[in-house]
Amino acid sequence: MIALSDFLILGALLFSLSVAGIFINRKNIIILLMCIELMLLAVNLNFIAFSHYSGDIAGQVFVFFILTVAAAEAAIGLAILVVLFRNKHTINVAELNKLKG
Amino acid sequence: MTENLLLTIAFAPLVGSIIAGLFGKQVGKVWSHRAAIAGVATAFVLSVWVLKLVAVDGQTYNEQVYQWLQAGSLSLEIGFMVDALTAMMMVVVTFVSLMVHIYTIGYMQEDNGYARFFSYISLFTFAMLMLVMANNFMQLFFGWEAVGLVSYLLIGFWYKKPTAIYANLKAFLVNRVGDFGFLLGISGVLMYAGSLDYVEVFAQAPAISEKTIAIFSGHDWSVMSLICILLFIGAMGKSAQVPLHVWLPDSMEGPTPISALIHAATMVTAGIFMVTRMSPLFEFSETALSFILVIGAITALFMGFLGLIQNDIKRVIAYSTLSQLGYMTVALGASAYAAGVFHLMTHAFFKALLFLGAGSVIIAMHHEQDIRKMGGLKKYMPITYWTGLIGSLALIGFPGLAGFFSKDSIIEAVHASNLPGSGFAYFAVIVGVFITALYSFRLFFLVFHGKERFDTHGGHLPHESPAVVTVPLILLAIPSVIAGYLIGSMVFGDFFGNAIIVHADHDVLAHHAESYHGVIGFVLHGLTALPFWLAMAGVATAYYLYLVKPELPAKIQQRFQWLHRLLDNKYGFDDFNQIVFAGGSRKIGQLLWKVGDQTIIDGAVVNGTAKTVGLASKLVRHVQSGYLYHYAFAMIIGLWLLLTYFVV
Amino acid sequence: MEQIVFYCFASILLFAGAMVVTVRNPVRAALFLILAFFTSAGIWLLLEAEFLAMTLVLVYVGAVMVLFLFVVMMLDIDLAPLEEGFAKYLPLGIFVAALITIEMIAVLGASHFGLDIVSAPIPHPEGYSNTKEIGLLLYTVYVYPFEIASVILTVAIVAAITLTLREKKSKSQNISEQIKVKAKDRVRIVKMESVKKQEAES
Repeated sequence: MIALSDFLILGALLFSLSVAGIFINRKNIIILLMCIELMLLAVNLNFIAFSHYSGDIAGQVFVFFILTVAAAEAAIGLAILVVLFRNKHTINVAELNKLKG
Repeated sequence: MTENLLLTIAFAPLVGSIIAGLFGKQVGKVWSHRAAIAGVATAFVLSVWVLKLVAVDGQTYNEQVYQWLQAGSLSLEIGFMVDALTAMMMVVVTFVSLMVHIYTIGYMQEDNGYARFFSYISLFTFAMLMLVMANNFMQLFFGWEAVGLVSYLLIGFWYKKPTAIYANLKAFLVNRVGDFGFLLGISGVLMYAGSLDYVEVFAQAPAISEKTIAIFSGHDWSVMSLICILLFIGAMGKSAQVPLHVWLPDSMEGPTPISALIHAATMVTAGIFMVTRMSPLFEFSETALSFILVIGAITALFMGFLGLIQNDIKRVIAYSTLSQLGYMTVALGASAYAAGVFHLMTHAFFKALLFLGAGSVIIAMHHEQDIRKMGGLKKYMPITYWTGLIGSLALIGFPGLAGFFSKDSIIEAVHASNLPGSGFAYFAVIVGVFITALYSFRLFFLVFHGKERFDTHGGHLPHESPAVVTVPLILLAIPSVIAGYLIGSMVFGDFFGNAIIVHADHDVLAHHAESYHGVIGFVLHGLTALPFWLAMAGVATAYYLYLVKPELPAKIQQRFQWLHRLLDNKYGFDDFNQIVFAGGSRKIGQLLWKVGDQTIIDGAVVNGTAKTVGLASKLVRHVQSGYLYHYAFAMIIGLWLLLTYFVV
Repeated sequence: MEQIVFYCFASILLFAGAMVVTVRNPVRAALFLILAFFTSAGIWLLLEAEFLAMTLVLVYVGAVMVLFLFVVMMLDIDLAPLEEGFAKYLPLGIFVAALITIEMIAVLGASHFGLDIVSAPIPHPEGYSNTKEIGLLLYTVYVYPFEIASVILTVAIVAAITLTLREKKSKSQNISEQIKVKAKDRVRIVKMESVKKQEAES
């Protein structure tokens, strides 16, 4: 039998991987977006695991909403990315410091 | 006595003033002065009638005419109180005012502000009448401020002359100091008596005199002394007592009729009148009386000295006025109110006479006021000469003339007084007699006798002034001679009745009255007394110095250079005020401006706020690098910290 | 059996995740992300979340990831500057990740959520529909959030289109403007001296 902790540790590992990804790919905004997707996936895994082990379907409903919002976020994020590239001809985060105070 | 009679007296000059002031251009010069003179003449005739009603028929009047407002228990009213004191003041004010009105026709003939001038002096008459006829403090204060206003307007009558503007500003500011004390005094009365009506306040005087107030903790002050001294500070401003006297000599910048009416005869005596009116209060405070005595004595003596070295004909008389006001104040301090008011009356006549005479001389000299450039005018201006002689003799207290009676009774009263400071006061008034005689006759000899030192303006010899000038002189000379014979009823009799209240233990006049046996006896006694011989000595000294050996005064001046300089600087009061008060307030203003406003408010508060925000922002903006990954790091670090917090 | 499947999927998932964050080429990263989604869909099936597993594959792999690939391929990205400092931050990244992992495992490990504490649930009987259960909940209790989610998606689509929309000149005719045109708007007549003529003649 698979223990709940196995799923949770898997989620934690996945989450940590994406955190590390944000650190090491700090200049490529596309990969950054992908890391965020990965992070959300890890969170979803946790939700589903808890939902399964506690027999409460509400957890899955939450995952449903997260997927919705993540899809919207990805769509807008990529749209912004496209506009950004069109205007600045780069997606290098290091050059995007117009908001410097 | 009816309300309408009193209202007519007060408002007739006001109507004249309005006609001359607001419609002066439309009605022309002649109708301006006719309207003003008609108003004042009406007031004068009716005042005489009122005096007759009071003195002969023994009537008095005290009624409310109009209630201005009622707020809680405070009621502000207009009302008239007429008793012997008021009636006497009314007659003096309207008489001198009438004389000055007539005189002004001649004096101001060629002035552009002719109608304006008549408007002002009629307005003054109205204000002064309101002041003396008041039956409450509120109306008294109204009249007090109104005469101050007119005084301000008239000193600066020639408003294009910088010295006149300076002088009227000075008079205004110095009077403000006095008026502030006066207002505080009235506030004190209202606070402790709960009313502004004279009769009600006087009725509570014994109760108030028992109370004390702790202004600084630990020191209990008598409320009555405090109120009286504050009220007297008001009188000090108005009646030009040391150290608030500085405005009066400068007020001579105004036209001469004004100097006669306002700054010699009537307005400056408002303080004397007020203290006399408040005698039921002042009698309860020996401290205040003693204070008054000392201030009056200082003024009487030291202002007299200043008259010795002045060369401007009007300023000599102005210092003489100061000195005589000091005499009146001394009389008040010695509780000889009747003598003070009596001197007020006689002084009003002869001082107005002297001033108008001086004005007559000034006209003849084509507005030259320096007495060193006069002399020998006797043969050109006989009427002015003889009236001037009467005025001067009355001023020095020559037996038989008005000034003798009033001044002698003051001296005797001070002699009899046993308040603290009365010894000094007695000395001051005695020496003052000599000084008065000296400066009066110095002036008289320099102007009317000796060599003719004036510029003849190409053969134009000085000539006597027109009738409108000389007639008032003659009319004023008459009371200057005979007013003294009223001493029997006014000072030693019961003319004033209940208007003046004196406690038995300060009643210096009563003691003196016992030895009074008619006018003749008083004169004969005067001939043998010290003041008379001092006055004669003064006249003789003046004669010797200025007619027999005219070069001597210059030598004395050289010998006593320091003394001359001291007197020339008027004891340094002006410099002191200039440096300490004017300079001090400027310094304070500068301090507040530089430190308070610029440094603290502008620098620390206004700009400081902005600077602090700017500084904080400068530090915080380093956090805002604009790089996405910095924010991401921050988030992750935050996440980790949160996680650690939950784990641990 | 189940465990073998789980560990297989788990290792593939972790491998795919690791590749997503380390691979240089965004296209390859996107492809590895698709692999990660597929494997997690498999894991979700193990957890009896069939509807979500299918949604994940359809929505994420079918729509979102295709969008990613589109964008990555459409943009002409110069990758060189993006790879700078990759190695520089690797140790820090690993350190932070390890720290988080350790802490999370400390909380979520077997000592708290092991089998002996949270027992495995009984598998659902035959004929049980996960989709129906979710639907029942979604359209009753969570109907308002559901509606809001739909609004969010609409807003997202509008925003995405608005952001990327390029104002292009329309090729359609504007009749009124064509009629209003005057000659001097189109033709500029310039008067010139006939200077060149002389030169030509000579």
